[in-house]
Amino acid sequence: MKAMNKTLLAVAVAATTTLAGFAQAGPVSDDKVKIGVLADMGGVYADICGPGCVTAVEMAVEDFGGTVLGMPIEVVSADDQLKPDVGSAKVRQWVENEQVDAVGGLVSSAVVGAATKVLTDNKKIALISTAASNAFTTSACSPYNVHWTYNVAAMANGTVKPIVQSGKKKWFFITADYAFGHALEGVATEVIVENGGEVVGGVRAPLGTTDFSSYVLQAQASGADVVALANAGGDTVNALKTAAEFGLTQTADVAGLLVFTPNAQAMDPATAGGMTLTTGFYWDYDDATRAWSKRFKERHGAIPAMGHAGAYSMTMHYLKAIEAAGTDESDAVMAKMKEMKPDDFFARNATLRADGRMVHDMYYVQIKKADERRDADDIFKVIDVIPGDTAFAPMLPECNFVKS
Amino acid sequence: MNTSIFTHSKLNLVLLLLALVAPFVLYPVFLMKVLCFALFACAFNLLLGFAGLLSFGHAVFLGTGGYVTGYLMINTGITPELGILAGTVAAGLIGALYGKLAVRREGIYFAMVTLALAQLAFFFYLQAPFTGGEDGLQGVPRGHLFGVIDLSDNLQMYFFVLAIFLFGFWLIQRTVHSPFGQVLKAIRENEPRAISLGYNVNDYKWVAFIISAALAGLAGSTKTLVFQLASLTDVHWHMSGEVVLMTLVGGMGTLFGPLVGAAAIVTIQNYLSGGELGNYIHIIMGAIFVICVLAFRNGIVGQFRKVLKQNF
Repeated sequence: MKAMNKTLLAVAVAATTTLAGFAQAGPVSDDKVKIGVLADMGGVYADICGPGCVTAVEMAVEDFGGTVLGMPIEVVSADDQLKPDVGSAKVRQWVENEQVDAVGGLVSSAVVGAATKVLTDNKKIALISTAASNAFTTSACSPYNVHWTYNVAAMANGTVKPIVQSGKKKWFFITADYAFGHALEGVATEVIVENGGEVVGGVRAPLGTTDFSSYVLQAQASGADVVALANAGGDTVNALKTAAEFGLTQTADVAGLLVFTPNAQAMDPATAGGMTLTTGFYWDYDDATRAWSKRFKERHGAIPAMGHAGAYSMTMHYLKAIEAAGTDESDAVMAKMKEMKPDDFFARNATLRADGRMVHDMYYVQIKKADERRDADDIFKVIDVIPGDTAFAPMLPECNFVKS
Repeated sequence: MNTSIFTHSKLNLVLLLLALVAPFVLYPVFLMKVLCFALFACAFNLLLGFAGLLSFGHAVFLGTGGYVTGYLMINTGITPELGILAGTVAAGLIGALYGKLAVRREGIYFAMVTLALAQLAFFFYLQAPFTGGEDGLQGVPRGHLFGVIDLSDNLQMYFFVLAIFLFGFWLIQRTVHSPFGQVLKAIRENEPRAISLGYNVNDYKWVAFIISAALAGLAGSTKTLVFQLASLTDVHWHMSGEVVLMTLVGGMGTLFGPLVGAAAIVTIQNYLSGGELGNYIHIIMGAIFVICVLAFRNGIVGQFRKVLKQNF
């Protein structure tokens, strides 16, 4: 009988503590909001979203006050080495074992493709700042994907269309040989054909190619009016340099379809000057962008690329959504993120669509020639503001995750 | 081997108990990674440690297993055990082809032939449409084992991987201690003498190569299921170098060496990739390799055994 009582007591105690445990579990999982930043810390994309993206996310957390709903916000970061296996393994470890609630940064489309699958399986949010492929809100769309800064469709619409319409009809592509390059070449080709141009040829170069000479010679032999560089980061810089060395820039226009400010800065103004391109952000646009960029430069040592500003802006929006939702549970936060309008120095006239695509003003800019520059950071001249609805492709019905 | 104070059966038992308890303490995916690489290194060690053949292209078997399994799992919806079997067989077939060509040469030429053939395969996989190029095969489903056990659960997946590893390890142990394994060791020690005794040396090497390739493929297939991804990293020559490193650090020509080496290297990589030293990972790995070669050539297990022998 005594033993029986003891057992009962033990069960009762156990039940009470368990219940108490449940009662204490707050709206924020694990009593903290943890954001992982996955970026390229040492490869060809390190300048456009590497340590700078970590800095941007940390700035957002600090500006937000370091806590949300009374719980601390923690930032962890990792290098994806531009490899899908390394990146997705890290993300898996974060969400399964280290209580990470959302992953930001996210640069190379190949890595992001693998990482977003892991995140969606685990119902965690992907805050994609720098990846270019439009797949994350189209063919591979997910209720947990947020794609912020730009995508290939916006680049093609913004950069390619005006050049084709100006009468340069024959195009040749030098394309980065993975998800992003293929996607960019695809949408750019559509835009060229729609506007009466033709694609006369193309080559695909592996990511991180150092010797572009054979590709440039093929482009030269094709007789194209425009040679489009459907690559990014260090690849664009190397390709353009080689194009100049082989005299390609004398005989044809070279169009960089995706040029980030650090890369434009690394190009020789004599060859890159006058090139037009599309960007999601330019630091010297107005007082608000200048103020933030000044703070960023003080910490990072260089002016921000669009992915840096995007990473800050979307981290802010994510934290605001947690506060508004009163929880860090992914579905509730995603609903709030899509309901609230992003509005800051980066996101102008912006909405986060039901498919996770953030639609905002894009900028059509020209790279300044050497004599137009007042200092090393003075790179772009903003020619035009492209409204988001014109820049981004319309939402696919199957990716509408907010059904009314 | 029998002079060691631990008999192998006792050591086996202790390790098995550790492996059964480990997933409740450590992150299962990390442990699965260790097991996959351990199997890969053990397969490699069968060739290097027991037949004296340094293959510099073993990544191609790891990668082939991964791609075949990944492709079949994504496109045909077969069960994981069949997917893994197909990957293993495919790696074995490529091993048969590559081995036939490579065993005709010895030493550095053997290594160069395997490296050249592996590079051939790497560029094939880079360009072939079914591998996804730089993107790799993403979102490979883990599926249900025998159509019943859901492997998307990490713990169940872990015990499946452990079973595969134990099978591979057992097979290697059996091979090494069989008459076939004795002949391999004889070839390693003195090839002309083995020939003079009437053994067809090239055939023995070839069979060892095929077993090693198939087991490397088994490791690759399993790894693809664990990470739900098959990528170029697995066929890159860096991977061929990494398995040499694992085997040498652990102890070449010992049964447990590759296991210890793989665990050590994977742990170091895992630990460094998250920290401040992430950018120096290759330098640190290089330094470990140099220290290992200079200071203890027998590897961790070899050194441990030597110390035991001297002191007890």
